[in-house]
Amino acid sequence: MQKSLRKYFAVFALPTLAAFVIAFLIPFVFGLYLSFTNFTTVTNTQWVGWENYVRAFTDNNDFLHALWITAAFTAVSVLSVNLLAFGLALLLTRGLKGTNLFRTVFFMPNLIGGIVLGYIWQLIINGLLLSAGVDITYDPKYGFWGLVVLMNWQMIGYMMIIYIAGLQNLPTDVLEAAEIDGASSWQKLRRVTIPMIMPSITICTFLTLTNSFKLFDQNFALTAGAPMKKTAMLALDIYNTFYGRIGDEGVGQAKAVLFFLMVAAIAALQLRATRSREVEQ
Amino acid sequence: MRNESKGWKSVLLTVFLAVLAIFFLAPIFLVLMNSFKGQFYISDAPFALPDSETFVGLRNYWNGIEKVGFFSAFGYSAFITVFSVAAIVLFTAMTAWYLVRIKTRTANALYYLFVFSMIVPFQMVMFTMSKMANLLRLDNPLGIILLYLGFGSGLSVFLYSGFIKSIPLDVEEAAMIDGCRPLQTFFFVVFPILKPTAITVAILNAMWIWNDYLLPYLVIGSRYRTIPIAVQYLQGGYGSRDMGALMATLILAIIPIVIFYLACQKYIIRGVMAGAVKG
Repeated sequence: MQKSLRKYFAVFALPTLAAFVIAFLIPFVFGLYLSFTNFTTVTNTQWVGWENYVRAFTDNNDFLHALWITAAFTAVSVLSVNLLAFGLALLLTRGLKGTNLFRTVFFMPNLIGGIVLGYIWQLIINGLLLSAGVDITYDPKYGFWGLVVLMNWQMIGYMMIIYIAGLQNLPTDVLEAAEIDGASSWQKLRRVTIPMIMPSITICTFLTLTNSFKLFDQNFALTAGAPMKKTAMLALDIYNTFYGRIGDEGVGQAKAVLFFLMVAAIAALQLRATRSREVEQ
Repeated sequence: MRNESKGWKSVLLTVFLAVLAIFFLAPIFLVLMNSFKGQFYISDAPFALPDSETFVGLRNYWNGIEKVGFFSAFGYSAFITVFSVAAIVLFTAMTAWYLVRIKTRTANALYYLFVFSMIVPFQMVMFTMSKMANLLRLDNPLGIILLYLGFGSGLSVFLYSGFIKSIPLDVEEAAMIDGCRPLQTFFFVVFPILKPTAITVAILNAMWIWNDYLLPYLVIGSRYRTIPIAVQYLQGGYGSRDMGALMATLILAIIPIVIFYLACQKYIIRGVMAGAVKG
């Protein structure tokens, strides 16, 4: 079968592969190259070595600040989303009435696009700040915490679904054994449930981690970095560098390469976490 | 186990969840409520219900539809999403099956290349990809389908491959021995087996493409507005924008998603769960 199939490369693999090369592979390789050049168009380039990488940090403080904001936002979001989602999952696996309806409601915000979410929460946060006579652009902390609340609203339902699936697959005999041995609810949770759903916890942690780290649309719509780029996360800072000032495209591309390396590092970490878990089991 | 009557506790928890559910829905109702108020009454009192003075009926909706060309935006979004998803579901399934089954070193290398593309953030290729699209005249609603197929193929090939590896070869070999050509084998034997994964791939890509802002904005945004681009277009200068039209457009953008969600909830939740494993 392998031999007869091999001749069909053009039919089976070529359409996807051609699109992949055009939309991803060439842009990726060319993007790497452009990060070492000075360019305004892709045909007019001038090799400058590491200069763009140096300028990413030295032109101004934007990139480092964005990195700090992104790290802080990611840490807060990963913690809050996962704690709340896990809590909800515990409540929704107790066979209460209306469980399906609640699950439907909690998951829904996840399907709404980032731009729309951003404007919904801009309205709410500006409304709440109305009594103080300011709006979300007044202080970076409003934009930051606004984004955290938005992210929770969007992601909790999604993570909750994964935790529910994990909890439903728990073998009941272990929990019953613990109960017979006189374990309290807290002990059962701490000593039985949590260790046994570690796979779900790993998945959810990394999903929220990468989604928070790469966030763009929500950030763009909610504050667009206001005030003074103080709430701009990495993806938005890269976008601003690219399309903000002519002559900075190379710096934008260098930032994008660094951004890619950070995301790749997170992915490598995830792979390791998943692998080591498989060995244990 | 739990029926030793902690009845009041269950009631309390249900009430708590109900209150929480109301909080989850409140943002959308708030926007809905404001979409019926005159544009100058929104920012000043967003939490006030419309009254006889502020109520403007559907005026914001007509306004928003006209300002952003909502129906054509809906048309572009629907066209791009439907055909991109169809292309991804079909072509990446064929590719994944081919790569898994021929088992050459090249096939293996290509598979890892697809997997690698999953971790590359869009910002890395956004500039070069949009230039490439201009160069190849892909900067139209038809051409962008090819970009989505290319950029979406990593995850989809990965999901299909994982499933194909678990299918026993016997059925396919039997079909081949009975004289099926590879294309017949794929369409009549393999693809039907792949259906659950195909649904997952379709749901995940549909959610991404329908809501995607930056790619269509950079590639076709100057001439064709999809729904997210239309919403962003209303932003204008801070303060000078028409809040009424914005509220109405937000609601119009949410309605198709809610309908889609309620209609295929089962598949969406299952698809999202299956897709989560990739992280």
